[in-house]
Amino acid sequence: MEWETVIGLEIHAQLNTKSKIFSGASTQFGAKPNSQACAVDLGLPGVLPVLNKEVVKKAIKFGLAVDAHINQRNVFDRKNYFYPDLPKGYQISQLDWPIVGEGKIEISVGDKIKVIGVTRAHLEEDAGKSIHDLYNDFTAVDLNRAGTPLLEIVSEPDMRSAKEAVAYAKKIHALVQYLEICDGNMQEGSFRCDANVSIRPMGQEELGTRAELKNINSFKFLERAINLEVERQQDILEEGGKIAQETRLYDSVKHETRSMRSKEEANDYRYFPDPDLLPVEISDELMNQIRKELPELPTEKKSRFITEFDLSEYDADVLTSQKPLADYFERILVNNSDHAKLCANWVMGEFSAACNKNQIEIKDAPVSADDLSLLISRICDDTISGKTAKDVFKAMWKGEGSADKIIESKGLKQMTDTGEIETIVDEIIANNTPQVEQFKSGNEKILGFFVGQAMKATQGKANPKLLNEMLRSKLG
Amino acid sequence: MHTKTIAQLSQGLKDKEFSSVELTQHYLNRINQSQLNAFITVTDEMAMKQAQAADEKIASNNANILTGIPYAHKDIFCTQGVKTSAGSKMLDNFISPYDATVSHQLNNADLVMLGKSNMDEFAMGSSNENSYYGSVKNPWDVTKIPGGSSGGSAAAVAARLSAFATGTDTGGSIRQPASLCGITGLKPTYGRVSRYGMIAYASSLDQAGPMTQTAEDAALVLNVMSGFDEKDSTSAEQDVQDYTANLNDSIKGLTIGLPKEFFSEGLDNEVADNVMAAVKEFEAMGATVKEVSLPNSAYAIPTYYIVAPCECSSNLSRLDGVRYGYRCEDPKDLEDLYLRSRSEAFGEEVKRRIMIGAYALSAGYYDAFYLKAQKTRHLISDDFKKAFENVDVIMGPVSPTTAFDLGSVKDPVSMYLADIYTLSANLAGLPGMSIPAGFAQNLPVGLQLIGNYWSESKLLNIAHQFQQQTDWHQKMPQEN
Repeated sequence: MEWETVIGLEIHAQLNTKSKIFSGASTQFGAKPNSQACAVDLGLPGVLPVLNKEVVKKAIKFGLAVDAHINQRNVFDRKNYFYPDLPKGYQISQLDWPIVGEGKIEISVGDKIKVIGVTRAHLEEDAGKSIHDLYNDFTAVDLNRAGTPLLEIVSEPDMRSAKEAVAYAKKIHALVQYLEICDGNMQEGSFRCDANVSIRPMGQEELGTRAELKNINSFKFLERAINLEVERQQDILEEGGKIAQETRLYDSVKHETRSMRSKEEANDYRYFPDPDLLPVEISDELMNQIRKELPELPTEKKSRFITEFDLSEYDADVLTSQKPLADYFERILVNNSDHAKLCANWVMGEFSAACNKNQIEIKDAPVSADDLSLLISRICDDTISGKTAKDVFKAMWKGEGSADKIIESKGLKQMTDTGEIETIVDEIIANNTPQVEQFKSGNEKILGFFVGQAMKATQGKANPKLLNEMLRSKLG
Repeated sequence: MHTKTIAQLSQGLKDKEFSSVELTQHYLNRINQSQLNAFITVTDEMAMKQAQAADEKIASNNANILTGIPYAHKDIFCTQGVKTSAGSKMLDNFISPYDATVSHQLNNADLVMLGKSNMDEFAMGSSNENSYYGSVKNPWDVTKIPGGSSGGSAAAVAARLSAFATGTDTGGSIRQPASLCGITGLKPTYGRVSRYGMIAYASSLDQAGPMTQTAEDAALVLNVMSGFDEKDSTSAEQDVQDYTANLNDSIKGLTIGLPKEFFSEGLDNEVADNVMAAVKEFEAMGATVKEVSLPNSAYAIPTYYIVAPCECSSNLSRLDGVRYGYRCEDPKDLEDLYLRSRSEAFGEEVKRRIMIGAYALSAGYYDAFYLKAQKTRHLISDDFKKAFENVDVIMGPVSPTTAFDLGSVKDPVSMYLADIYTLSANLAGLPGMSIPAGFAQNLPVGLQLIGNYWSESKLLNIAHQFQQQTDWHQKMPQEN
C-alpha cells in the first residue's frame, strides 16, 4: 500500500529577553545552578508573577511576520501538574486565548514552494532542569531556566515529508533570528522541535493516529526521527496492527524512539485562567509601533538580492536562509559591489564549507566579513588569482593574518609584468617544439599544457588572463 | 494601657505617658498570660527591638501616628526571618526569606509586631478549628469558637492582647471573626491591598485588611496597608486617600439598602433584632432605609465553593515537599514523596477543598463547574451594581448566628452555610465591614456594611459615625 505522511510541528523558541517572563531574574545561560532563581522562580509561598512586557512585543513581532491574527486580548492559564523542576506545580501558559492566532509561512523544498499554516503561537514559561545522573540516590534540580520566556509555535499538519518538516523548521528558525527575538541556539535548547507524526493510506481524508516525538535538538535529528517514526508506523500498520497515541522520546545515540507515555497516562492538566494575572490588552498603538519597527524579512531580502545584485533564485535563497549569513554577505559587498556573484560564491562556497567542516557559527568564524572582503578585493584588483585566493583563505582561517599580510609574506602576488611573463613564455615555446606543432595543427587543448608549464615556472603567480593572451598571440 | 485605641495610644506615646517599650512589654505580658491560643509565634525579642527603635524616633520627633504601636500579624503574611506557617503543619518549618508587601509597609510605618496570629489552615475555615496549632478560643466565652479564618487576630484584638491585628478575607475571614469577637474589621475592595507575600488561598478573592477596636483605627491602619504594588498585577493603580479625612462627615441623607435575602430563613432572631436595632440607630441619625434585592445571592455559597477550591487546588500545589516545608520521611520514590508529604501535612479541610477543586477543574467537568461558577459570579456582581444605583450602602448581618460551641459543627456543609452573608462581597470584589452592634446570648453581634467599589472612605465614615452614637465597640470581655 502507498502511504502518505502527515506532520505537524510544535516549536519552542526561547525569547531573548534579559529577564524572565514573570520575574526580574536573569535568563543568561550557563550560570551556577540555582543562582538565577529568585523568590518568584522558586515558587515560594505568597509570591506573584508580573508579566515582562518585552515578551509581548516579541510575540507580536513573530505574529506579524507570519501574517497572523494578533489577539489583542489574550489570557494566561495555569497548566497544572506535579514535577520537581516545576516549582509552583503549574506552568503559566496560554490555552484558549493565545497571543498569536492563525498565520502562514512559505517554504521551498527543491524547486517547489509550499505554504504551511501556523495554527497559533502562545507565550509560556519554561520549567527548570532535572539532572538525574549527578547523584546516586537523588535527582538534582536546577531552577535557573524556570521562568524563561518561551513562544510555542504550533503548525497545521501541513507537511508531507521529513524534508518539508525540516524546511519549515529551518524557516521558522531563520525567521525568529531575523526578528531578533530568539538566538536560535539549538544546543543550548533555545530552539526546540516536537513533531506530531502520523501516516494514512494515500488518498484518505481522515488523519491517522499520531505519535508525538520529543527531545529533538538538531535539524538532522528531526529528519532522522521523523523517517524512523514513519517506518515504525508503516511496519505496524502493514502487519495489521494499530498505532497508539503516545509521546515518544528520540534517542540520537541509539537512533531509536521510545515510548514515554501513552494517552491514557497523559496528565489532565486542569487548565484555568491564572487569577494572578490580568488578561493582556494590546493597544492599536503598540501594534502599529511594532509593525513599523519590523526588520526586512527573509522573503523580502531574497527578492531584493535577486533584483539589486542580480543573483540567481538559488543563490538568493541560500544566502537569506540565515540572517547571519545574509548579513555577512552584505558586509562583504560594501567594498566589492560590482562583484556580487563572486562574493556570493565565496560566502556559499569556501566560507560556508569551512564553517560547516569546523562546526563553527558564523559569528565565531576566524575570518570576519571584513577579512574576506579584503581577500575578494585582491582577486578583483588582480593581485592574486582566484586559485591562490583559496590558499590565502586557508591561511587566514588558521589565523596567519590578513590577506595582504599572507600574500606579502608568502610572495603570492601575481606576476603582471608583461616583459617578465614574455621571457618565460618565449623560453617554454622554444623548448617544446612538438607541442607547438600540435597547437598549430589545430589541437586547442594543448594550450593547457603551456599554461601549466608557465604556472610551474612562476610558482602559480602569473596572471592567468595575461598569460593566456600572450600564449595565444605567440603560438598563433 | 491595653484598653486604649490606636488613636489614644498614639497620643499617649507622643505625650510620653508611656514608651513603646513599656507598651510592648505590657502586651507581651498579656499574651503570655492569655489562654486563648491567639498566637502561633510570639516574636518578643524582635518586638522589643522594634519598640526601642520606635521610642528613639518618638524622642527625636521623627515619629508618625503609628510609630511604636504593637500589633498582631496574621500568620499568612510572609515575614522575613520569622516562621510563616499559615496555620499548617506543611509550613511549620518555614522561615520566610522575604517580607510580604504588607509586612514591609507595616515595618515602614514603625509598627511593632508582637507575633504571628493563629488562623485556620491556609485560611480555610470559619471557626479556627482547622489550625494545626489548635483552636483559638473566643474571649467572650472560651467554650465558643472565635470565628475564622482570622480567629487569632480577632481574639487578640477583642481580648486587648494587641492594639490591632491584620487579617485576610477570602469569604468572610475578617468580617465573621470580627463579628463573633465584637471588634471592627474591614475587607477592602479587591486590589486595594497588595497580595504579594500573602500566602494565597483563592487569588481572585483574597484581600487583606485591618482588624481593630474602632473604625478610626481601621482608617489609620488602612492608610499604611493600601496602595498599588508593582509586584501584584491584580493590585489597583488607584490613589490612596487619607481614610481618616472623612470620618466626621455627617451621614444625614444616607440611603441604606437592606437586601431581603439577608433576612430570610436561617437567621437567628436575636441576631436579626440587633441588626435591625442598629439600622434604627442610623435612621435616628438621618439615614433612610430601602429594601433592595440581591436575587442571585442564594448562589453565593455554591459559587464560592467552586471558585475558591479550584484556585486553592492549584495555589497549594507548590507545597510539594520538594523545596521547602514538610517532607515525609524516607520517600521511596517521587510519587511517594508527593503523596505522603501532602497527605501527612495537610489537614482534613484543606485536603477536602483541594479535592473539590481538582475535581471541578478536571476534563469534562470544567464547563459545568468552573465556567458556570464564573458566570454566576458575574450575576452576583450585577445584582450589587443594580442595588448601588439606588442606595449608598448595604447593611445586614455578618453571620446567621453568634459564636457557636467549639467542636459542635462537624458537617462541613453546615459550616459552609454559615458564610452565606459574607461570600457575595468577595465574589463581587466589594469592600465590606463588620462593626460591633450588640449582644445576643451574651455574645457579640456584628453589623455588616457593604459598599460600592473603592468606597472604603465612605464605609469608615458610616462606621465611625455609628461608633460616636453607640458604645458596643468599647465593650470588653472579662479577662481570661
